[in-house]
Amino acid sequence: MEAVKRFTADFGLPRLLITVFLLLLFSAAPMVGVNLPSSLSDVLIRVGMNGIMVLAMVPMIQSGCGLNFGLSLGVLAGLLGATISIESGRVGLAGFLIAIVVGQVFGALFGFGYGKLLNRVKGGEMMIATYVGFSSVMAMCIAWVVLPFKSPTMIWGYGGSGLRTTISVEGFWRHILDDFLAFHLGENFKFPTGAVLVFLLVAVLVWVFFHLKLGTAVTAVGLNATYAKASGISINRMRIISVMMSTMLGALGIVVFQQSFGFIQLYDGPLYMAFPAVAAILIGGATVNKATLANVFIGTLLYQGILTMTPEVFNAVLKIDMSDVIRVIVSNGMILYALTRTMKVAK
Amino acid sequence: MSSRLRVFFIDNAVAILILLLIAFAIPVAKLPASFLAQEILMRLGRDTFLVLALLLPIMAGMGLNFGMVLGAMAGQLGLIFISDWGIVGIPGLLLAMIISLPISVCLGWVCGSIMNRAKGREMVTGFILAFFMNGIYMMIVLYAMGSIIPIFNPELLLSRGYGIRNVVGLDGVRQSFDNLIPLHVAGLKIPVFSYLLIAAGAGLLIWFRRTKLGQDMRAVGQDRAVSGAAGIPVERTRILAIMISTVLAGIGQVIFLQNLGTINTTSSHEQIGMFSIAALLIGGASVTKASIPNVIVGVILFHLLFLVSPMAGKNLIGSGMLGEYFRQFVSYGVIALALVLYEWKRVTRENDARATLRAGGAA
Repeated sequence: MEAVKRFTADFGLPRLLITVFLLLLFSAAPMVGVNLPSSLSDVLIRVGMNGIMVLAMVPMIQSGCGLNFGLSLGVLAGLLGATISIESGRVGLAGFLIAIVVGQVFGALFGFGYGKLLNRVKGGEMMIATYVGFSSVMAMCIAWVVLPFKSPTMIWGYGGSGLRTTISVEGFWRHILDDFLAFHLGENFKFPTGAVLVFLLVAVLVWVFFHLKLGTAVTAVGLNATYAKASGISINRMRIISVMMSTMLGALGIVVFQQSFGFIQLYDGPLYMAFPAVAAILIGGATVNKATLANVFIGTLLYQGILTMTPEVFNAVLKIDMSDVIRVIVSNGMILYALTRTMKVAK
Repeated sequence: MSSRLRVFFIDNAVAILILLLIAFAIPVAKLPASFLAQEILMRLGRDTFLVLALLLPIMAGMGLNFGMVLGAMAGQLGLIFISDWGIVGIPGLLLAMIISLPISVCLGWVCGSIMNRAKGREMVTGFILAFFMNGIYMMIVLYAMGSIIPIFNPELLLSRGYGIRNVVGLDGVRQSFDNLIPLHVAGLKIPVFSYLLIAAGAGLLIWFRRTKLGQDMRAVGQDRAVSGAAGIPVERTRILAIMISTVLAGIGQVIFLQNLGTINTTSSHEQIGMFSIAALLIGGASVTKASIPNVIVGVILFHLLFLVSPMAGKNLIGSGMLGEYFRQFVSYGVIALALVLYEWKRVTRENDARATLRAGGAA
């Protein structure tokens, strides 16, 4: 009994409930006629799609900036990268790399400004991040109309001005990672090798960074700012580095997302993109001021698992689609839990 | 003098910025003055009560109550029930308010208790709580109503047999408050009774601030530790502030929707928090200080901007959408700016205090 209690406490009750719920969904799936291999394949594809954006939460949590509700800034940088890549007309790997590189440049720029701002409002980052994200998305809405893009795949055909709301990357770099070295097991199971490999590679890079001197300094700022300062670490500089890193990972994440999804979503598409990533890392067991790569992996798997499995199983059993409501309750419930659980670290 | 002027500009940066924008946009939009005046008069009656709901939590030091959306949901549930039961006119609206009361009280208690567990980040907690409760609300409205909760009027239900339709027409109660006391001045319709309700709400708040509980709330807002030491039940006072705010938001949502005349079942409440907060901030309020004049000025300025931006955008660049994007940018941006100014001031103050302490220690 003691062992069970300790395990529950260590693992966290909500995470345990969600895991049990997901396992139930998986075990119910074959019984109600859901195709399990294809569902599993969907889960893996979605993990590859969303993983890097969840990873983007780690640096800012580690440096004490909290949950990055302003991830949409990174997403916007990635969107600029993707649109500029398509404008350049390059297809395949070249186009994909252009999207990533340009996205990283904008990500670094946006992240720097965003980090500077967050340094002035220490302690109140999360709400400000949310609204900075929201207003930037709206400012970029204006830019999507005004910017002088010419590529016919991207601009409205006639009568309209500016870019389309969704742009297909078909014929450019759709599924470039998902199909790379992908293999099939049976009829319905496809393993998106490239996307999973890139996710793992980026995760390893992040791991390496946090074990270098610079990364350790970033973590030190998050753990105990006064101590870090006494050891001669520049708090503001470390925080800016973490914010830039988070924003750049967001930019990379959205480009990887688009190659799998097949479309670039502009205008108010990025408005709420931060929230699933925040929920995922918290479901994985991260708190407002501590996150590990294990949290990222477990969280992405659990969150995307629930997202994929609930509609399929519920549709099959109850003939009603409650997945949207369940997603809203689970993800926001998780964020609420995290916000109320950890008390603020003493300054 | 110049430093006082500077402080004035920094304190009212948001309001001044918006005023300049509107002053620029009105002539560009070329909307007739009578149209603008009529719209503003209507919208003042529609929105002001909702914005009033934000005042008490600010006084209690809990910042902008993003959780007011919970009250709006309660009000909406009340309206759905009275349209189902076919109760029309003033009695219908009053009944809707009465139904919303116990729901608002419960939700307010939940919201206040959760915020007590997240002191120092009430705003982001309320913001997420609104999303969370929205999930529960959707579950009730889209799945429980018509299946577990009896709905008698089949016209309200989706074709699948349960769940409320996306749009609920409030024909029976449309503008019942607005038209109760008809008054036309210079061709403009004035919703007198709605104004009276707002005046009553404002009067109630002014009276409440002078009561013992109101004074306690202010004290808690100033300093939790000192208030606690002085024997004020801090947590209870904070919960009450949020409860009253939620109840007012519920009543406000009924007033808001009777003017519009339709409910968007899944979305009417969602934007209420953001709009009300943006309006209040545009009116010159801050995260720690807000007054009734802030509310009224804010609603007028916010709606002026709302009205003229699309037309100004169309006339200036030839795209109405641009004006609309710009307006949304301003709404979000105003909240971001106000939050930044507030936190910035707080951080500066803390650093100053620390520096003084260090200097004192050295001497």
